[in-house]
Amino acid sequence: MTLALIAKIILVVAIFVLTLAVAAYSTYLERKVAAFLQDRLGPDRAGPWGLLQPLADGVKMFTKEEFIPAASEKFLFILGPGLFILTALMTSAVIPWGPALVIAGEVIALQVADIDIGVLYVLGVVSVGVYGIMIGGWASNNKYSLLGAVRASSQMISYELAMGISVITIVMITGSLSLNEIVGQQAQGTWNVLKQPLGFLIFLVCAFAETNRAPFDLPECETELVGGYHTEYSSMKLGLFLFAEYMNMFISSAMIATLYFGGWHFPYMDKLGLGPNTLAFLGFTVFFLKIVFFIFFYMWVRWTLPRFRYDQLMHLGWKVLIPLALLNMLATGAFSLLF
Amino acid sequence: MQYIFYTLAFFAILCALFVVFEKNPVHSVLYLILTFFSIAGIYVLLNAQFLFIVQLIVYSGAIMVLFLFVLMLLNLNKDTEPQKSVIFKTAGAIAAGSFLLVLVAVLKDTQQSTELSAMTDIGLVKQLGKTLFTKFVVPFEVASILFLAAMVGSVLLGKKELY
Repeated sequence: MTLALIAKIILVVAIFVLTLAVAAYSTYLERKVAAFLQDRLGPDRAGPWGLLQPLADGVKMFTKEEFIPAASEKFLFILGPGLFILTALMTSAVIPWGPALVIAGEVIALQVADIDIGVLYVLGVVSVGVYGIMIGGWASNNKYSLLGAVRASSQMISYELAMGISVITIVMITGSLSLNEIVGQQAQGTWNVLKQPLGFLIFLVCAFAETNRAPFDLPECETELVGGYHTEYSSMKLGLFLFAEYMNMFISSAMIATLYFGGWHFPYMDKLGLGPNTLAFLGFTVFFLKIVFFIFFYMWVRWTLPRFRYDQLMHLGWKVLIPLALLNMLATGAFSLLF
Repeated sequence: MQYIFYTLAFFAILCALFVVFEKNPVHSVLYLILTFFSIAGIYVLLNAQFLFIVQLIVYSGAIMVLFLFVLMLLNLNKDTEPQKSVIFKTAGAIAAGSFLLVLVAVLKDTQQSTELSAMTDIGLVKQLGKTLFTKFVVPFEVASILFLAAMVGSVLLGKKELY
């Protein structure tokens, strides 16, 4: 019991540190990918290949002047970025990070909480995640911030529906809401992306909209809203808002890999004849590589596609994605009834 | 376990009171969200995981976001809020008082079920789904038709200016 408890605490801290580290280096990767796609060099001054750039950015953010507008709601203004980063971190609790470890005869799952309703928990945290932006944007007492906050909330509510419906098809073919079970079944059979190609596409588009990433970054939209919900924020509060976006990217990449690309599973995993601990290490590495690929994909899309207009965004969400997701669900239901 | 319940219940009631007494409507909505969160915590104590998460997704995640959305756009604040006349205030007090009376009358005679503890798995998704689709399938489907009607109605209202 005590070993399991200690292992859980270590796991929680490890995931927290990992999320922060990945988010920090995502900012570096974002600049490098942008530079690569635009035929530039990107940051290369701080350390070898500019590898210390996230550190330099962090120091810059912390040492900048902290400013709270006089007309703002002070408490809510401070609460906004904190809430946003809290909800960004919460999802990681239910993600299975690798196959179970075996230490001193005890099986230790690489998952903080294997709850019965894992998928719903993720959707719940995503739907609560909008409050950080809304509260921060409203408390700023600035019309651009308010417009950004309102855009963010309506966009997230609209795309949650299609996202939920496309996840339901996964639940239908798996027969369980537990993420551990979903990965386990993919490890036994085929990856869900082969069974649900349309569902995967819908989920991917919705994930872009939920994380407020380009081409759906209308809530911050520099050219129209001068930064949107974080216009009035400065110093590390702005840093937290930007940082949480990269955390959201990391977590949603992990969700895409878990739901559709077999999580920690890789082909011929059980034929290698390795011990459980080696397999756990390999599984985690493979899972991490999948996540990094999807983070790269987010950046690739950002520097390739132009931003949507707001009515186009709503049209795509309500009139294209939701009917498609419903059709996909109907087809999956009919298929599993007939065969 | 009991202390957690009392803490959550106290917090829920406190936030509910703040919903009423807070002058700023946006603050009221934020307190209402906190109330919903504490009620969701009580569902966790009963091991009703599905109810807990649906409470979060539907009430805290969707309905309250729409409330906030509208209130933020309306830009209400205490200066522009019109003062209600005494008649309205008395009518409101009488209505709320009679509602309290009805609630107390209903809850007075219910048996205190001490059986409900974390040991039951009644609130898990599997049991809930089985019950909904076997024992209560007709009310369940009727409720879904009601939702469909509400959806059609709201679309029709939204399109009114076209005709």
